[in-house]
Amino acid sequence: MAERKAVNGFGGLTPDQIRRYSRHMLIPEIGPSGQKRISQGSALVVGTGGLGAPAAYYLAAAGVGRLGLIDGDRVDVSNLGRQILHFTPDVGRPKVESAAEKLRQLNPEIEVVTHEGRLDSSNALDLFRRYDVIVDGTDNFATRYLINDACVLTGRPFVHGSVLRFDGQASTFIPGSGPCYRCLYPDPPAPGTVPSCQEAGVLGPVPGIIGTIQALEVLKLLSGAGKTLSGRLLLFDGLTLRFEEVRLRPDPGCAACGKNPTIKELIDYERFCGLTPDRGPDA
Amino acid sequence: MSCKVRIPAPLRRYTGDAAELHLDAATVGDLVKTIEAGHPGFAAKVLDDKGQLRRFINIYVNQEDIRFAGGLGTPLKDGDEVSIIPAIAGGDTSPAAPVDSPAWGR
Repeated sequence: MAERKAVNGFGGLTPDQIRRYSRHMLIPEIGPSGQKRISQGSALVVGTGGLGAPAAYYLAAAGVGRLGLIDGDRVDVSNLGRQILHFTPDVGRPKVESAAEKLRQLNPEIEVVTHEGRLDSSNALDLFRRYDVIVDGTDNFATRYLINDACVLTGRPFVHGSVLRFDGQASTFIPGSGPCYRCLYPDPPAPGTVPSCQEAGVLGPVPGIIGTIQALEVLKLLSGAGKTLSGRLLLFDGLTLRFEEVRLRPDPGCAACGKNPTIKELIDYERFCGLTPDRGPDA
Repeated sequence: MSCKVRIPAPLRRYTGDAAELHLDAATVGDLVKTIEAGHPGFAAKVLDDKGQLRRFINIYVNQEDIRFAGGLGTPLKDGDEVSIIPAIAGGDTSPAAPVDSPAWGR
């Protein structure tokens, strides 16, 4: 029988939580109060693939109180080299179902909420308002700009990750206190000009590393510990095993978060990224 | 002495797979021209048809974005580190791709 009664002096955590998260609470920057904030916090992981799977894995293990998963895909055998929440018998199952099953076994203390389907302009704002932090695990341009704009409009922090071959990028965008993704890249590349992992490949541990960094950023945002990647783009080169970073600045002319923003509601991001025939930039 | 230029994975096919180049150039714009001279096709990937830096590619000199400095006219000196950082997106599922399961929230 789980012990549910809070113990005094441990941030209102139960004896089960104190045992489970004892290694976190030994860290001065986290402590019982930081763990309580993590346990009372929520995060939405968009996509449960190469980035989202390791991110969700660590967020569940760390006790994020309410963990949302949204994905419209089913598990494919080609996913198994890197999407570590999905196992061989899961091939053909909806990814959110496969991921939620493992996460609930890993940590029954937390609530795992599944949203089976695709994030789009019709559901993003409503969904984001239900969570404290948004994690982009989809790594495609249309969803990334959708997440960015929806986060600016709802004031939610957005933890970004991207991978290709041996390379990875990560950053955290906090509306009102730093640049957003559009400050960094105002427009997406035209389709076909930048390769995807489907075309160029990716080595499994690379999204594992970047997804794990995304989880770390979420835990820092929820607990208040440390310094996030806001205002910095972290660059990972797995081939030479080097991390570098560049500084990011808010762009006063940014269409989403600048002085005179032109994006006041969500747009058609597939069209914006040139994924439909009636395309926008660089047509 | 020269500048060290970091070439990202998506652009390495235009630099003979070189991940790093060491070149002399007075400005960032000159640097792009110098790379183009040795690796034809490179400049077209970085610059648009008006010769401006593409909006999904950023160039940093010593970690600072040249858009907030002198753009392609940003001067370079010996020992500067130049990073060319394009937006990348390795995910193989775009929202436009067919989804087998019923869409949520539509």
